[in-house]
Amino acid sequence: MTKTAALIILVLAFALGTSALAQTHSEAYKDNIYSTGGLKPVDSVLKVKVGDRAPDFTLPSIAGQMVALGQYRGKKNVVLSFVPAAWTPVCSDQWPGYNIVKDLFDASDAILLGITVDNIPTLYAWTNQMGHLWFPVLSDFYPHGKVAEAYGVLRSDGTAERALFVIDKKGGIRWIDVHDINKRPPLESLVRELEKLK
Amino acid sequence: MKRILVLAVAAAVAAAALLSGATAAAQGVQPRPGDRLFDLTLPVPGERADRNYLGLSGWGKTFRMADIKANLVLIEILSMYCPFCQKEAPVVNRLHEAIEKDPATGGKIKIIGVGAGNSSYEVEVFRKKYGVPFPVFPDPDYDIHKKCGEVRTPFFIAVRLNPDGTQSVTHARLGGFGEVPAFLETLKKAAGL
Repeated sequence: MTKTAALIILVLAFALGTSALAQTHSEAYKDNIYSTGGLKPVDSVLKVKVGDRAPDFTLPSIAGQMVALGQYRGKKNVVLSFVPAAWTPVCSDQWPGYNIVKDLFDASDAILLGITVDNIPTLYAWTNQMGHLWFPVLSDFYPHGKVAEAYGVLRSDGTAERALFVIDKKGGIRWIDVHDINKRPPLESLVRELEKLK
Repeated sequence: MKRILVLAVAAAVAAAALLSGATAAAQGVQPRPGDRLFDLTLPVPGERADRNYLGLSGWGKTFRMADIKANLVLIEILSMYCPFCQKEAPVVNRLHEAIEKDPATGGKIKIIGVGAGNSSYEVEVFRKKYGVPFPVFPDPDYDIHKKCGEVRTPFFIAVRLNPDGTQSVTHARLGGFGEVPAFLETLKKAAGL
């Protein structure tokens, strides 16, 4: 009966997950977006919580510099935006939205750091389709997903969760949203948290 | 016997779920010239300027395409998150300006936007950022997007409003529409102006 129950859950999860999927792609990417289908909404366990000090890291950016979280301490609030993978549906239509609201980040004295586990050349080619991004895009490729793992947002298939972390100038974590990987977090949720930093 | 029954119920539920998805997809076919437009019901805009632009009267909470005072309506399926839509926004604004300035088309050709997967907040961010003068409606659950075949964005659908209350698609295109004067001429002809 246990096997039967497991089979039922598997069949239902597949069916419901597939039927619920809805997303849009920008023509900017032409036919180059790889369809992932419906994925398990969250596939990792957080290793940090609100109030913790954010784990420090240094990662290479597509601009050719090394970017450390610590360099913003005492100077800027930081938003980390982990997205699962380049050239996938929802991810490709997330950062371009943040790209037109720099003023909202500026108003809260915040910088955005975009992070994926892809390598630099892949990230470079992908983000070039988004136009010029005002925020650093960082590669957590090698050692693979080390930063995602430190925050507890590395999925079992090696991609990252679709997760947002708001970190204040003291390095404390103020807000975490590990979102359903199949859906884009509404902008207003992030903006509401940014406004609390003012 | 009990096990077979449980499995049968699960299979039926799974089939229903898959079928509902398939039906939704089947409902949504990318519009083509000559088609009748899918049923499009939208919320009456909160802003008076938007209501006036569309020529909406009455006290309802929603309106349909036939309620818009125009010969032709250009619908742009867009997203705040779509880089191509961002790039095209000034071009679409110029088209709106050209329509309004031309006595032959002012008030007779209208533009509306639909923000696929966008909340009201996100749609307003887009409008504010690009100074979009025409109404843009949120479609947070992709309901309208599904009805038009889950097209990539931006997607433009020109719809002639017929005297009998029906709507015919005259043009449907993915991506930018090119030069404003040429496209305006195309819309004029489609509108019979």
